Amino acid sequence: MSLIKMRHVKKQYKNGVTAIYDLDLDIHKGEFVFVIGPTGCGKSTLIKMLYREERPTSGSIDVGGIDVAALKNRKVYVLRRRIGVVFQDFKLLQKSTVFENVAFALEVYGLPKDEIYTKVIKVLDLVGLKHKAKNYPTELSGGEQQRVAIARAIVNGPKLLICDEPTGNLDEGTSMEIMEVLDAINQLGTTIIMVTHDTDIVNRMKKRVILLNAGRIVKDYKKGTYEHENI
Amino acid sequence: MKTFRIFGRNVRDSVKSVFRNFSLSLASISCITITLVVVSIAIILSVNVNNFATLVERDVTIVAFLDLDVTRQEIGEVEEEINNIPGVESYSFEGKEDISKAMMESSAIFKNIMESWNKDESPIQDTFQVKVEDINKIGNIASKIKKIENVSIVKYGQGMIEQLITIFDVVKKISYGLILALVIVTAFLIANTIKITIFSRKREIEIMRLVGASNLNIKIPFIFEGLFLGVLGSVLPIIATIYGYYALYDGFDGQVISPFIKLVSPEPFIYLLSFVLVLIGILVGMFGSYRAVKKYLKI
Repeated sequence: MSLIKMRHVKKQYKNGVTAIYDLDLDIHKGEFVFVIGPTGCGKSTLIKMLYREERPTSGSIDVGGIDVAALKNRKVYVLRRRIGVVFQDFKLLQKSTVFENVAFALEVYGLPKDEIYTKVIKVLDLVGLKHKAKNYPTELSGGEQQRVAIARAIVNGPKLLICDEPTGNLDEGTSMEIMEVLDAINQLGTTIIMVTHDTDIVNRMKKRVILLNAGRIVKDYKKGTYEHENI
Repeated sequence: MKTFRIFGRNVRDSVKSVFRNFSLSLASISCITITLVVVSIAIILSVNVNNFATLVERDVTIVAFLDLDVTRQEIGEVEEEINNIPGVESYSFEGKEDISKAMMESSAIFKNIMESWNKDESPIQDTFQVKVEDINKIGNIASKIKKIENVSIVKYGQGMIEQLITIFDVVKKISYGLILALVIVTAFLIANTIKITIFSRKREIEIMRLVGASNLNIKIPFIFEGLFLGVLGSVLPIIATIYGYYALYDGFDGQVISPFIKLVSPEPFIYLLSFVLVLIGILVGMFGSYRAVKKYLKI
């Protein structure tokens, strides 16, 4: 069953640049999908449309039953509460502790304090940072900060986790630790879509790989690697 | 319950945010403080000018001098006619004997001169002192009194009173305009200061949106923050107003130049003014925050 269904999606920016051309894509529940391709091929635009940071110029996008293309600005939060997003630059509140950063995603729902505490500690435990709950992001390493960002993204129990080059700022060892965390989350049933440039990660993970080039899907491997794709 | 929880968290977050972004908060607070001090001075000035105008208006009296040979019965008739003129607030009669007595008591020179007069030689006349309800109609009422039989002269400071009325009217209009302009300028000035401080928190708003905060969820803490900045910004102006005005009032002993020009009594004036200042601070702080955050919610 499809969690993401994109049909004839086109994205043209105001400056006339077309980032995505007539794209069709289905991603099923529980899948782990890598989106790869050269710089400027439209990877980021593709996932930005999934969490409605960008609107498609034409075509339809369905994410878990929400018509994302038609979603109004003031209703974007409805979609964002059902998905988690992780970025290369972590996007943490620097003046809030690890606990507060993760709890923040639950506070917007108005959950009781006890429930928030239980959920946050549980998810921090899952990413291995329970002992750093009171630290501030500046006191953490890059890998730890990314784990906090992942914890924040999954604390709501989203069906979909979107990762935009989550290992882009990390060394190889730390990157693999992050991938282990993401894999564990995927094993628990969360669908993951991840943009990356890291060939090692894609090759080691052996998951579905979508190769984009010049705004079009050029290859879609079920359990792929991309070491031979000269990108 | 859920709404109360979210509300409570918004208040908590906004207080935290004021202190966590203290240098930025300080910029907004200082801006509010400085402008509220200016607003406070403008209000104090205008209220006192208006008070002075009211006092002067209240003291203006028409004096109607009666003919020298007027009889008791004729005085009664004049009184009745004055009483029938619309717009007369009050009047009092002062007989020539009372006036003479008062003058003789006031100075030995007067006493010597006046004692030399016999009853028919005295130039002192019986008078009616009339106060009017509306100072703008004083000329009209004075001319009506003048027409009454046995009234010889009517005095009320013709010319000067009309000039004074015009001046007070202009001063009132200018002071109201000044306060209004000042409040509007302050509002925009503070709005822009808060906008700059919120600009640096664009990332925070972006993250809030990312984790599924609705626009209202995002706006409310910032608006509360504006409210707190307004309250904090009005603390110093209020202290300055209360102590400053008491010092001014005591220093001048409640009057400026002459006993005629009285300052407005400090109580309850300064408390009302403090309330107005905190209200302006709050409204302007909230308005500034609202405008700023709204800008970053557009995608």
